[in-house]
Amino acid sequence: MAEPMLKPPKIAISPITWVRQNLFSGWYNTLLTLVVGYLLVVGVGPVFSWLFFDATFLGSEPSDCTGTGACWLFISERLNFFIYGFYPDDLQWRVDVMFGLLALSFVPQFIERFPGRKWFGLFGLTGLPVVGYFLVPGGNFGLEVVESSKWGGLMLTLILAYIGILASLPIGIVLALGRRSEMPIIRGICVVFIEVWRAVPLITVLFMASVMLPLFLPDGMNFEKLMRALIGITLWQSAYMAEVIRGGLQAIPRGQYEAADALGLGYWKKTGLIILPQALKMVIPGIVNTFISLFKDTTLVLIIGLFDILGTVQSTITDPAWQNVAIEGYVFVAFCFWVFCFGISRYSQNLERKLDTGHRT
Amino acid sequence: MGITMTEQTRTTDSLNPVPSQKDDSAAIIRVEGMNKWYGDFHVLRNLNLNVRHGERIVICGPSGSGKSTFIRCINRLEEHQQGKIIVDNIELTDDIRHIDTVRREVGMVFQHFNLFPHLTVLENCCLSPIWVRKLPRKEAEATAMEYLERVRIPEQASKFPGQLSGGQQQRVAIARALCMKPKIMLFDEPTSALDPEMIKEVLDVMIELAGSGMTMICVTHEMGFAKTVADRVIFMDGGEIVEEAPPHEFFTNPQEPRTRKFLEQILQH
Repeated sequence: MAEPMLKPPKIAISPITWVRQNLFSGWYNTLLTLVVGYLLVVGVGPVFSWLFFDATFLGSEPSDCTGTGACWLFISERLNFFIYGFYPDDLQWRVDVMFGLLALSFVPQFIERFPGRKWFGLFGLTGLPVVGYFLVPGGNFGLEVVESSKWGGLMLTLILAYIGILASLPIGIVLALGRRSEMPIIRGICVVFIEVWRAVPLITVLFMASVMLPLFLPDGMNFEKLMRALIGITLWQSAYMAEVIRGGLQAIPRGQYEAADALGLGYWKKTGLIILPQALKMVIPGIVNTFISLFKDTTLVLIIGLFDILGTVQSTITDPAWQNVAIEGYVFVAFCFWVFCFGISRYSQNLERKLDTGHRT
Repeated sequence: MGITMTEQTRTTDSLNPVPSQKDDSAAIIRVEGMNKWYGDFHVLRNLNLNVRHGERIVICGPSGSGKSTFIRCINRLEEHQQGKIIVDNIELTDDIRHIDTVRREVGMVFQHFNLFPHLTVLENCCLSPIWVRKLPRKEAEATAMEYLERVRIPEQASKFPGQLSGGQQQRVAIARALCMKPKIMLFDEPTSALDPEMIKEVLDVMIELAGSGMTMICVTHEMGFAKTVADRVIFMDGGEIVEEAPPHEFFTNPQEPRTRKFLEQILQH
């Protein structure tokens, strides 16, 4: 006779049992729970009061801020400036279209069953920069020109981060492959490039791009300051990216290279079909880490006179019409950065899960 | 009785119209005076070997004897520094085009399977036919399914390698190599990384393949397999070919003391 099948023991625990087991399991745990609870109430309570309960949300004048909490009117009144910089009001629809397309490309990526979301994402990576290239500066198709010196705020931050991220990944891949090349000249060039750019602070790169580069360029050839900053950020970032990707390349077992060789796949097919897909998947956390840190580093363009979101907020908090709004401004900036960086992080985790084929070699 | 059988086989062997080993024209693999060094270490010493079409060769020897290195030279996963290796009338040199041509015709199965973990079983099998042989996807998939059936795992086609057992993975690896329709198959200790109960399923597939007339060179310690399918058994030690004989002769009457010692060690338990 076979033994009757044993059911697995029940491990579902009611919330009350959980609380008793984990928070009040002895006199010292009870004491600790109470102390920590008290500290939370005392410490976090005022923050919430300041942020929400005592804050002013309605009104339009600095004088409407009478509460003891945050004065969010400052943000809502100057929001236009924080988002668009000096971009002319009547042309802001062009930027809005870009925001819309950006959302359309990437929001579906978070929805598992969204039909054709792959194509939306692909558009975001290829079509979106092209559309932006024509739409935002204007000058073609009867669109009025808006000089890049008028761009600013969140829009500028997103442009810097997006193009930096998008361009640095392929350049980084090429550099990483080059550094592992068997051809000494290619390897040498890549090593020098990576080691030089990675060893220089971004601030230096930006100064060089804005002050030194024009001195070396021939007369009449002059990039805009924004373009120079973008090139600097991209090259600097791609050196970091290259090292992250190289880590992934080195983690691929030799057997994978040998199996690809034995099947007669040449270098590019082996790299493109076998090695890179696995290496990139492996270093997604590292790549995303680099993306996020680039996203935040874009604030450094402030020092060469470009007004990203932090720049616009910082220049506004000195406005004599508004008193003591510095904290509100910085909290707002922090919140904006957090939303985007957290979004990137969540998406990457989503991607990792999806790409996991359960193989451990 | 058993001895008579051996005598008979040996007699028929020598009377066989198939050209003898000395006739180079029929050899699909020719290795002549091949030497290889790792730095100062002389791993392969003056190897000579001719393999005829459809011949099945088993290479055995203690670990570190250079047997894996040897067969990896045949599709140039390793370079040799001296001597000649000619596979299917193409000499292996630094010329990358020659190497790729040879690799298309030589399938290899590894000890650790080396399947591509990010691709499904079917994609593993179709990859090279599509990208190297330029077959249409449909056709490549049909061929792949045919070979997956031959190795008896068509039902796993859409799974990832990580979801299969070791024995299944190795059978997929064999199917993947066969999908290129190679003229020669190299096996580098294909059962050494497997749990004992999975060795048979892989050996069965290999025995079947041997029956189909495939030219095979197999590095293995499976002496039963060698007895069943090998036309010749080669014993290597210290980077040299020490002894080379048909299996009956090799197992019943080894000539060299080193061969005898090796056989005693592996057959004793």
